[in-house]
Amino acid sequence: MNNSVEVKKLSFNYGNVEILKNLDLDIKDGEFMVLLGPSGCGKTTLLNCIAGLLDLDDGQIIIEGDNVTWKEPKDRHIGMVFQSYALYPSMSVEKNLSFGLRMSNTPKNIISEKIDKASELLQIKELLLRKPSQLSGGQRQRVAIGRALVRDAKVFLFDEPLSNLDAKLRAELRYEIKKLHRDLGNTMIYVTHDQIEAMTLADRIAVMKNGVIQQLDSPKEIYNKPSSLFVADFIGSPGMNFFNGKFVSSDNSFALNNSLINLNNYQFEHKPSDQTDIVFGIRPEDISVSDSKESIEFKIELIEPMGADTLIWLSFEDTPFSVRLEGSSEYKLGDVINIKFDIKRSSIFDKKTELRL
Amino acid sequence: MISNNIEASGPKPKHLTIGRIGLYFFIITCALFFLMPLYVMIITSLKDMDEIRSGNLLYIPQKLSYYSWPKAWSEACTGFICEGLRPGLINSLKITIPSVIVSVTLGAINGYALAFWRFKGAYFFFGLCLFGAFIPYQVMVYPLLKIESAIGIYSSLPGIILVHTIFGMPILTLIFRNFYSSLPIDLFKAARIDGGNFLKIFFYVIIPMSAPITIVAVILQVTGIWNDFLLGLVFAGRDNQPMTVLLNNIVQVKFGVVEYNVDMAATILTSILPLAVYLLSGRWFVRGIAAGAIKG
Repeated sequence: MNNSVEVKKLSFNYGNVEILKNLDLDIKDGEFMVLLGPSGCGKTTLLNCIAGLLDLDDGQIIIEGDNVTWKEPKDRHIGMVFQSYALYPSMSVEKNLSFGLRMSNTPKNIISEKIDKASELLQIKELLLRKPSQLSGGQRQRVAIGRALVRDAKVFLFDEPLSNLDAKLRAELRYEIKKLHRDLGNTMIYVTHDQIEAMTLADRIAVMKNGVIQQLDSPKEIYNKPSSLFVADFIGSPGMNFFNGKFVSSDNSFALNNSLINLNNYQFEHKPSDQTDIVFGIRPEDISVSDSKESIEFKIELIEPMGADTLIWLSFEDTPFSVRLEGSSEYKLGDVINIKFDIKRSSIFDKKTELRL
Repeated sequence: MISNNIEASGPKPKHLTIGRIGLYFFIITCALFFLMPLYVMIITSLKDMDEIRSGNLLYIPQKLSYYSWPKAWSEACTGFICEGLRPGLINSLKITIPSVIVSVTLGAINGYALAFWRFKGAYFFFGLCLFGAFIPYQVMVYPLLKIESAIGIYSSLPGIILVHTIFGMPILTLIFRNFYSSLPIDLFKAARIDGGNFLKIFFYVIIPMSAPITIVAVILQVTGIWNDFLLGLVFAGRDNQPMTVLLNNIVQVKFGVVEYNVDMAATILTSILPLAVYLLSGRWFVRGIAAGAIKG
């Protein structure tokens, strides 16, 4: 498979602050790539560099085989959808959609043909004569997507397109974007800080922090085998539980104060030396109620019912952690339960380097 | 105990409190203070000279006489020429209309470039512009005069239009830039991806959104240029003297009787346009200023 977008050794500085450092990223043809990270991690800057809206300081950007590093945004085969919709307020929906085509002097019959097709696909046909101010948030975002559609963009760039919408609409449009990708098969680059959006949409996720890609992998891999403490902490809701302790090599276990957890089932990538400070991480759903002999006894300190699931909070050697149980479970505050960690699915990190062990 | 009647706690607060009364008193006093000169001007222009000499300044006219108005308009003497204010009106229009159009257009382009096309040194340039807004006119009159005579447009219509454009630039650039900075930058980015260049984006995307701030700018410039005396006197030349300069010449007449009623009528005639602009567009003015202030 060919690469649709290649970012090579890209650096971007804002004044004296390095936003992106020597960043490499290859995006395959037709791939849905999500750039995920907290605010200030450089993901939007990266997207703007790809779009040509920011001039980079060093490096190269190649889109569809063209070196577009110094090309104008309009010559990059891209369409972009913004968080604030960025619809031209003085133009009707139809004029909004056709603006790019009119700027490039496209013949009228071709314009109307393309608008027909795009508005059909996005179900905005009956809105064509309205002004953006007469549209709801969801409709506006549809029009914004349509604007990218009519331009026959090879690569779609999304800059947090759903962040301004309420939760229900967000889920709806997320579904539609995914469907759009399935039907069109275009390369899409999608910036978000919402890990649910990232997990549901992406073929691959690039988790970013301080201008550096921390991990670039499929959603499943990133969720199950986070490469660093940061990724582990950032992905997952409710978040992963962490315990700070030491590694005891004599009996291959994790020691927290006086408690020991045996790590025989864990597949180390790099085995730490004895007494290394390590962080033991485990997702709430990888802890289960069990009466087997390696289970440990806890008292329930807090219960958070979430409908489909119920989250119960316990404390292990004074570190609070959560366990995800079925929504139908009927535990009460103060109940004592026996639980068991699924060591095979846990993640262990070096405390100092914060990398996966 | 649950009663069927739901009552508010205590009586409804009165709207007219002592503070309110004080406020109204203050506002009315202020209004009267500022309206007094206008009142005196109007009644004086409607009196004849006998009544002006004998009567009180504030009394309404015993018998109305209108002759001062046509006289101010077309007969009053400015120096040796006795054509009234009429030629000045034409001159003022010839100066004001192109000056406003040129300066507002350039101010808008400046503000647009500074807000969206952040070139290197844009902040420095903007600071320089701001600084220009605080330099008094008088300092620049002589150098400008020398420059204009060197390029041969001193004492001409283009000369005075250029001067008004230059002096309008700092404040216009400032207000347009602040207004454009309050617009979402994504809009501009979207337009760039859609293939607009500097001027296309300005004309198709930015100008249609500029109505509120353009109204503010036009009001500022129309009143400022119309009311200008100094620059018109220095740069316009004999043939293009604006109304304000003619008014001064009428009022400052050194021989004959000082006709206060004619002076008053001439003054009102000269100030009708800015007055009308404020009265008719005050609402827009406040709205435009507020639009910039809230978001800027």
